[in-house]
Amino acid sequence: MGLLSSKNKEILVGPLSKNNPVIVQMLGICSALAVTSKLEPSIVMGLSVTAVVAFANVIISLLRHTIPNRIRIIVQLVVCAALVTIISEVLKAFAYDVNKQLSVFVGLIITNCILMGRLEAFALGNGPWESFLDGIGNGLGYGIILVIVGFFRELLGSGTLLGIQVVPQVFYDFGYVNNGLMILPPMALIVVAVIIWVHRSRNKDLQEN
Amino acid sequence: MKALRNYLNKIKPNFEEGGKLSMFRSVFDGFETFLFVPNTTSKSGVHIHDSIDSKRVMTLVIIALIPALLFGMYNTGYQHNLAIGADPGFWMTFLFGFLAVLPKIIISYGVGLGIEFVVAQWKKEEIQEGFLVSGMLIPMIVPIDTPLWMIAVATAFAVVFAKEVFGGTGYNIFNVALVTRAFLFFAYPAAMSGDQVFVRTADTFGIGGGQVVDAFSGATPLGQIGIAGKELIGSFQAVDVLGNPLTTLEMFIGLIPGSIAETSVPAILIGAVILIFTGVASWKTMSSCFIGGAVMAALFNLAGTTVVMTISPIDHLFLGGFAFGAVFMATDPVTSARTETGKYIYGFLVGAMAILIRALNPGYPEGMMLAILLMNVFAPLIDYYVVESNISRRLKRAVK
Repeated sequence: MGLLSSKNKEILVGPLSKNNPVIVQMLGICSALAVTSKLEPSIVMGLSVTAVVAFANVIISLLRHTIPNRIRIIVQLVVCAALVTIISEVLKAFAYDVNKQLSVFVGLIITNCILMGRLEAFALGNGPWESFLDGIGNGLGYGIILVIVGFFRELLGSGTLLGIQVVPQVFYDFGYVNNGLMILPPMALIVVAVIIWVHRSRNKDLQEN
Repeated sequence: MKALRNYLNKIKPNFEEGGKLSMFRSVFDGFETFLFVPNTTSKSGVHIHDSIDSKRVMTLVIIALIPALLFGMYNTGYQHNLAIGADPGFWMTFLFGFLAVLPKIIISYGVGLGIEFVVAQWKKEEIQEGFLVSGMLIPMIVPIDTPLWMIAVATAFAVVFAKEVFGGTGYNIFNVALVTRAFLFFAYPAAMSGDQVFVRTADTFGIGGGQVVDAFSGATPLGQIGIAGKELIGSFQAVDVLGNPLTTLEMFIGLIPGSIAETSVPAILIGAVILIFTGVASWKTMSSCFIGGAVMAALFNLAGTTVVMTISPIDHLFLGGFAFGAVFMATDPVTSARTETGKYIYGFLVGAMAILIRALNPGYPEGMMLAILLMNVFAPLIDYYVVESNISRRLKRAVK
């Protein structure tokens, strides 16, 4: 078993598209709606979740033979809570503004269904390296969707990207107006729906009848 | 007529599979069935055929909309003339409004029908006629100064996300025209509310230029109520664009600022009579909607702690989009309740919700759009319980 055998590669790459946690498994929708009105918090949120899922996966995987089955959820929660607290403190120290925008949703990473889902479904039954790759893959799969949604919502809703004005002033002079609905949560759902629409029509095998 | 039929028959082969214009097959089919009732009949069983198919029903609705549309055009010019203090006579007033409204109708139909044609061609289906009415409703329920590109964007959004994704005409959960308006309202609030957009003060294609008079204020009566309305009780008087007080009769006639076709109750009532007489729309939904609004307004009159609560029920029904919504939107056969008892409940709740939103929501002066969209969601639930209660009542009778 090499470090990146074909099986491991599938673990890492699968969640980016065919097995994406957001648009295929429909997990983590709530935070995908809440933090994506701007691109920057979307990126930070994606990275935070990736870090938490990856390290939680590794820790649980290392402990998987010693955790008594009956209290495994509590152990998982303790590990997640510790990691989320670390992430939260790091954000407060180095990216205070973004942390304020993300507000409660950093703390709520602990309730993200992707996190608990990966721990239960993968880390308890696989070794630390595979678990790590699985965590990275799922975190990035989640992050990609957030970044796409955040990109369109910030571009169409505020005319900016990462806070920099990209829609030229000439447009506004000719009567262009930013779409206020893009900032509101309903549009996040619709953008996610459009991503799913495009994704499903490119992957016929995922279409349900 | 005969010549037109012959001409259609002559060019038809071009549009069939393999013909040189087969990519426009759905367009041709749509126009052919619009002009002539299709003569296809069922192959098996005994059926009674009525020549009133859905294209004919849609045409009736369009006819019913025309009085309100014409009045809206005249009123557009009339309000403009008040604003600039001019009096160019009846026909110039109408011409101004006609030229101001026409581009909106063209844009709405162009975008909506364009998407419908493309989808129909792509899915190899017949063209659905549902947009005939929606496309006419959209320009009628927006303020006169809404930019055309916004109408285009909102129409495209509504046709794709409120209609096509649910399966096309007849499957939509929400009224397509109202989704368009809701999209405009939430996406571009500055262009859809306030006192700048309901009266056109600039010229239209060079006609009717002039200086705005000093006393002018473009706020709609509901907008004025919205501003004064949430305060504790005080004296309030709705005024027209020049500051003269409005009587209930003037609110009824409808020469007041507002969305293009919503202001005139008589014109809407003519449409209502046409719809009810031809059996297209249900009088049950309409009447219970007015009753619901009146009852709710009367209840607020009793409480009467703020200005908006003291507006009389009659004024509430005449102002804003209430009458237009009750007659043309709430009765949409696709999105409203279908059971006969359900229609009473549905209409009553639409009317009551509209007044409730007007009176209690601090953000929106008008509640009809949101009330109808909200009740669209509950229409299947109302139908479900009406059917269930009917079943259980008859079961009881049978068991006895």
